[in-house]
Amino acid sequence: MSTTPKQTLTGLILDEDCLFTLDEMSIACSVRTEYIIELVDEGIVEPTEQQREQQQWSFTGKNLLRARKARRLQHDLDINLAGAALVLDMLEEIEQLREQLRRLG
Amino acid sequence: MEFRDYYEIMGVDRSATQDEIKRAYRKLARKYHPDISKDTDAEDKFKEMGEAYEVLKDPEKRAAYDQLGQNYKDGQDFTPPPGWDAGFEFSGGGFEGAADSAVFSDFFESLFGQAGFTRGRGQAGGFHARGQDHHAKILIDLEDAIQGATRMITLQVPEVDQQDHVQTRSRTLNVNIPKGVKQGQQIRLAGQGAAGMGQGGTGDLYLEIEFKPHSIYHVEGHDIYLDLPVTPWEAALGGTIKVPTPSGIVEMKIPAGSSSGKKMRLKGRGIPAKTAGDFYVVLKISLPDADSDKAKALYEQMKNELNFNPRQKLGV
Repeated sequence: MSTTPKQTLTGLILDEDCLFTLDEMSIACSVRTEYIIELVDEGIVEPTEQQREQQQWSFTGKNLLRARKARRLQHDLDINLAGAALVLDMLEEIEQLREQLRRLG
Repeated sequence: MEFRDYYEIMGVDRSATQDEIKRAYRKLARKYHPDISKDTDAEDKFKEMGEAYEVLKDPEKRAAYDQLGQNYKDGQDFTPPPGWDAGFEFSGGGFEGAADSAVFSDFFESLFGQAGFTRGRGQAGGFHARGQDHHAKILIDLEDAIQGATRMITLQVPEVDQQDHVQTRSRTLNVNIPKGVKQGQQIRLAGQGAAGMGQGGTGDLYLEIEFKPHSIYHVEGHDIYLDLPVTPWEAALGGTIKVPTPSGIVEMKIPAGSSSGKKMRLKGRGIPAKTAGDFYVVLKISLPDADSDKAKALYEQMKNELNFNPRQKLGV
């Protein structure tokens, strides 16, 4: 069974330009806000103005994706936050190296 | 329905200890985690082993599965015998936050779906959970990123019907691919994921953009690169040459004395964005074949009249 689409949907590109509040981050990741704060403490995500009140923090779309990834890695591989942070950073580095390889290849 | 051999999936012996099963799972999980592995079927493999582990890690479920499965092979046609689970007590615990858990196969559902642990639909005493997020990749052409496009995508969505059976339904969406998307970027469609439970909100749909390889261009971020063949005299003497770009042919001046590999920029002619990308032309000097008397004579003339040693710096 299939339904025909009635309308064309427009999404949000998760880049440096779109911003999310602490609450929006926690909803998008299905976690408590405390978890997002832990991610900030671990340096996995960085609010644009960290010195401000937590309720005024905003995070870029890239941060949102990192937070979701951190949670998946932690949940699925049973690793702690420091481990997840390391994996995330190394994955990013691998991606950059792959990109360089493609350029040279 | 096909029988699934969970031991084969996890690559362990039927006699494996719980510790061995856990180790095997950890190893496989690191290898096939969809965030880590580049395997195209990593996600399927990861789900498959997650399901296998869900059963084998739990001694009660494992015992029931063992008794049932001793005469079956992987892929064999299978119907669960009525009342097969009598005498087994599933204390469950496996599903932590039902909406969060993976969607398992029909095989799993038929065995463990109804017994003991429910999938936590609304009736379980005010249980609320946010619907699952969906994730899909869409392949687009470079031209789509430049002009924007509309894509029809079809998702396979698992749904729980009124008889508590999980069924897959295909759902088709029209999605705008906005101008200026980059390779690897994700687009979030809020509320287009799975329905939540109780008062839990609907999940979101994440679309990951992937560019199809282009026959002549390659893309880095918002920049577009083109390897452009030029003749030795164009490179040496300079001149105006035609350059294909995704938005049409343009003319470009090459300075005299250009070397192979020289990179030239056409500002703002990359993928449009807040800061538009640039178009880079990389010159590749192409040599004419010495396949006629005339061509040979011209090469001979250069050899005799130009005092050129490209290996001077190498001291030879």
